[in-house]
Amino acid sequence: MTTATVQDKKDQAQAELERRMLRQMLLIRRFEEKTAEAYALGKIGGFCHLYIGQEAVAVGSLAALRDDDYVISSYREHGQALARGVSPGAVMAELFGKATGCSKGKGGSMHLFDVGKRFMGGHGIVGGHIPLGAGIGFAIKYQGGDQVCLCYFGEAAVNIGAFHETLNMASVYHLPVIFCCENNRYGMGTAFERVAAVTDVVEHACSYDMAAELVNGMDVLAVHAATQRAVERARAGGHPTLLEVRTYRFMGHSMSDPLHGVYRTKDEVEEQKKRDPISQLALKLTEEGALDQTGLDALDAEMRAEVEQAVKFADESPDPDPAELFTHVVAD
Amino acid sequence: MPTLTYRDALNQALREEMQRDPNVFLMGEEVGVYQGAYKVSRGLLEEFGPTRVVDTPIAELGFAGIGVGAAMAGLRPVIEFMTWNFAVLALDQIVNSAAKLLYESGGQLPLPIVFRGPNGAALQLGAQHSQAWESWLSHIPGLKVVAPATPADAKGLLKSAIRDNNPVIVLEGEMLYNTKGEVPEGEYVVPIGRADVKREGGDVTLICHSKTVTVALKAAEQLAEHAGASAEVVDLRSLRPLDVDAITTSVTKTNRAVVVEEGWPQCGIGAQVVDVIQRECFDQLDAPVLRVTQADVPMPYNKQLERLAKPSPDKVVAAARRVLYLD
Repeated sequence: MTTATVQDKKDQAQAELERRMLRQMLLIRRFEEKTAEAYALGKIGGFCHLYIGQEAVAVGSLAALRDDDYVISSYREHGQALARGVSPGAVMAELFGKATGCSKGKGGSMHLFDVGKRFMGGHGIVGGHIPLGAGIGFAIKYQGGDQVCLCYFGEAAVNIGAFHETLNMASVYHLPVIFCCENNRYGMGTAFERVAAVTDVVEHACSYDMAAELVNGMDVLAVHAATQRAVERARAGGHPTLLEVRTYRFMGHSMSDPLHGVYRTKDEVEEQKKRDPISQLALKLTEEGALDQTGLDALDAEMRAEVEQAVKFADESPDPDPAELFTHVVAD
Repeated sequence: MPTLTYRDALNQALREEMQRDPNVFLMGEEVGVYQGAYKVSRGLLEEFGPTRVVDTPIAELGFAGIGVGAAMAGLRPVIEFMTWNFAVLALDQIVNSAAKLLYESGGQLPLPIVFRGPNGAALQLGAQHSQAWESWLSHIPGLKVVAPATPADAKGLLKSAIRDNNPVIVLEGEMLYNTKGEVPEGEYVVPIGRADVKREGGDVTLICHSKTVTVALKAAEQLAEHAGASAEVVDLRSLRPLDVDAITTSVTKTNRAVVVEEGWPQCGIGAQVVDVIQRECFDQLDAPVLRVTQADVPMPYNKQLERLAKPSPDKVVAAARRVLYLD
């Protein structure tokens, strides 16, 4: 093969990857918009935290993983589940509390699980799952595997003891874990700088002698590249990495919370929307001639149809049988 | 049959289970190089190496959570807490992670993990180091809770706990570690969920577990000697699931019961047992069921005050005499 063909193939693979990323980000955006609608209609209950604005983080980082790697997350995890390949129908059915949901209707929005995809949940206590991510890394190392565990959490979790205990042990035990801090600036309605003495999360890695990287979370390719570097470190010698991915949520903390108001201004949200990760990638692809407006519209229509299909599936699925109340409390 | 201490019976169970299954590992403070704060893990580091006998920093929440994560990915961790008093720092991992993962994942994630360590008061350790946590832990669906009183039960229940596909809480006792008893060699498992009659009798049932089994047995001797009353001592062994049949069988026979525990009275294990008795044995009861618990105070340091706070054979005898209408 000539050098030129190798380069062509590389470019082709990269173009293909970028198109796939755009597709996944669009899927998440349309899915979450539909989720908001379904919530307003009362089809989804409880707490429901949308991922709109943060799509580049899940999509970019998960594109760097293999199928046999593990993923674990907090309660803002619809986007990560979808980017990991959990079926949109099973996720929507879970939000609807249906028997066909990915957690059989027993988990809900904050507890999406698909162990087959090595998507190890959706966890509802801020920071509580961070040690679980390290434990999965511990098991990988114990079993002599070369997989990694990608563990997502928000910046507010950095103020919790579990974060510090875990980073220390992950470093001491050389665990193949990528700690991906999605810094969307606000823990519910509290700006991070109001409650954190150190506002650059990435600096915490110094305390634990850990590799770290600050990443632009609105740039899906930057997230992908940084995660790839972290994955290499983890596979090579079980070296954990702390990624601080700066992102922004365009919606309120949960469906029960205002989009803006006392804690951030409308202008700020509007300003941030100009950095929309989906528009940015779409612009890049159109500028490069890899995609035109017609292609983009077609892709968007396809994603909307896929989400419609997921909603239809969830709507038509049955509730869990009443006998399910008492199943899965203890294992045999 | 060999005579072993409770400590060595636990050690034997750990060793045998680690030999039996390479996915079993032990993690906790001082379990390796130091050979265990109470020497339960003596010799295990030498036999199994540092991958399977893992020393941790003092970070209960962190290492309990690492254990849960390891179980999610296929291992069978045994997490040692230096005492259950420190495990309170890890309660989020036990209650919110370990106990709920199977249910909230719709059955996808069974969680085989053991959390073990000494529970309840020892001697003059003060309020923060002298607490019995069984009623807290038994409250939680998704957990199993065992509290062995003898070396044989310690071995058999720990082996069952390690083989169980659920989170199992094993409550040991600092004051029990040196006690001796006959322990069957090799394969010896005690099923979780079965109580054991430690002494047969027909006049009154003394229901107890862990350290209070000795207290109840001494009380039973005194009752026989001084009151001519024959007490049956039922050792619950397992607190969740609770052996309802064993309780009702004994109380149906004796028509009288006293429940003894190290915990505080409010919402204690005894409260649960009394609920079972009033529901299942209402027509058989000849007297109200009484309870002997720790005094409803934080544990004092002073030796005399501490003695007054704890359940004792005298207190059990007094309660038994009342339900027998001897006083």
